[in-house]
Amino acid sequence: MKNLIDIMQMSPEELQELVDRAMDIIANPAKYADACRGKKLATLFFEPSTRTRLSFEAAMYELGGNVIGFSEAASSSAAKGESVADTARTVGCYADIIAMRHPKEGAPLVASRKAGVPVINAGDGGHNHPTQTLADLLTIYREKGTFENLTVGLCGDLKFGRTVHSLISAMSRYAGVRFVLISPEELQVPRYIITDLLEPNGIPYEEVTSLEDAMPELDILYMTRVQRERFFNEADYMRLKDSYILTPEKLRSAKESLSILHPLPRVNEISVAVDDDPRACYFKQVLNGKYMRMALILKLLEVNI
Amino acid sequence: MIIGQIKDGIVLDHITAGRGMEIYKILGLDKLDCTVAMIKNAESTKKGRKDIIKVGQVIDLDFDVLGYIDPGITVNIIEDGKLAKRQHLNLPERVRGIIRCKNPRCISSTEQELVHEFRLTDPEKKIYRCIYCEHEAPKTLD
Repeated sequence: MKNLIDIMQMSPEELQELVDRAMDIIANPAKYADACRGKKLATLFFEPSTRTRLSFEAAMYELGGNVIGFSEAASSSAAKGESVADTARTVGCYADIIAMRHPKEGAPLVASRKAGVPVINAGDGGHNHPTQTLADLLTIYREKGTFENLTVGLCGDLKFGRTVHSLISAMSRYAGVRFVLISPEELQVPRYIITDLLEPNGIPYEEVTSLEDAMPELDILYMTRVQRERFFNEADYMRLKDSYILTPEKLRSAKESLSILHPLPRVNEISVAVDDDPRACYFKQVLNGKYMRMALILKLLEVNI
Repeated sequence: MIIGQIKDGIVLDHITAGRGMEIYKILGLDKLDCTVAMIKNAESTKKGRKDIIKVGQVIDLDFDVLGYIDPGITVNIIEDGKLAKRQHLNLPERVRGIIRCKNPRCISSTEQELVHEFRLTDPEKKIYRCIYCEHEAPKTLD
């Protein structure tokens, strides 16, 4: 693996290798403090992001490396009309590895063909966000100790939520996993997830509209934000944004062992009153994202510790 | 109607009835100086009706393009009045530069000189998806 563009590029074995590496980083951080000494990560963020960019940068600093880059398209040559391919080729002359976020779907794939150094997709529009999925997977693994035999509920914007699509794809490869897809009809998962992935592989799933009804059976509840920027129409956004809000009351019927995940940022879909519930894992997930990005950078740079 | 046999050339047989002109245009047959015959709605034992194109010289054909447009086509290469080679087409695994992605959010909508490329994801339903954004390919060429 030279790049990470789509989480499905990684086999379950490769994912496990990254998880194991991340667990070792957590246990022995000092061992990795100089692992990337002299290496540079370029963070090319053509659209705003707080946690993903800072997570990549923190990951590289904790490996002893350095970071260059930009955090909005206006401060890059894209503002002058430069192509993604040319930007990637140029930055590949300066950096050892690139993390790219871009509003256009497929931009990191274009970059990976020209950069000459490993490229990590840090989010391409509504398409893929594989390092968020790495954060999700490490969180599930640390909370449950396994990826198998879990009932995974995904709630909210399942249509435009790129993290949802990647997590379903990744988790669908483990035995005994069952999905409960909880959303308003307008925001159901794209049909190709059902027709190309779940049904042909015989993976059990159900599509429901009530969070309360689904709650008692869930081992994992993955909440998502209804994102304003994914809508063409403001009226549709306003009508649907509050559809699914998680509150302590709704959690009364949940298992004690439930793990609540959210890719963040949260707007109001999880009440802050839930934050102190021991089942809330979404801030642990942020930290896990950094560890997985550290593990990924080590793998792509072929650093052996 | 009698259309003479060709000595050296190509016969595209079993074209889905009605698609002959589309294939004629895509292959640029209008630019050739040799004899070209377009037969519409010929009788076919297999398909009921079919289109046939006869080209009076051997030209380079992009089998991926033909296979994508109409995978049922049979290509017959004629040399010295005899059938030299017959090729049945299949759906190509990848198609490059034939169809364009219609997703306005796809990088291919803005990136300069990026060749639009699709991969076959469902051979039974003939579904191709953009390699950049995974949107389904449009059903018609433009």
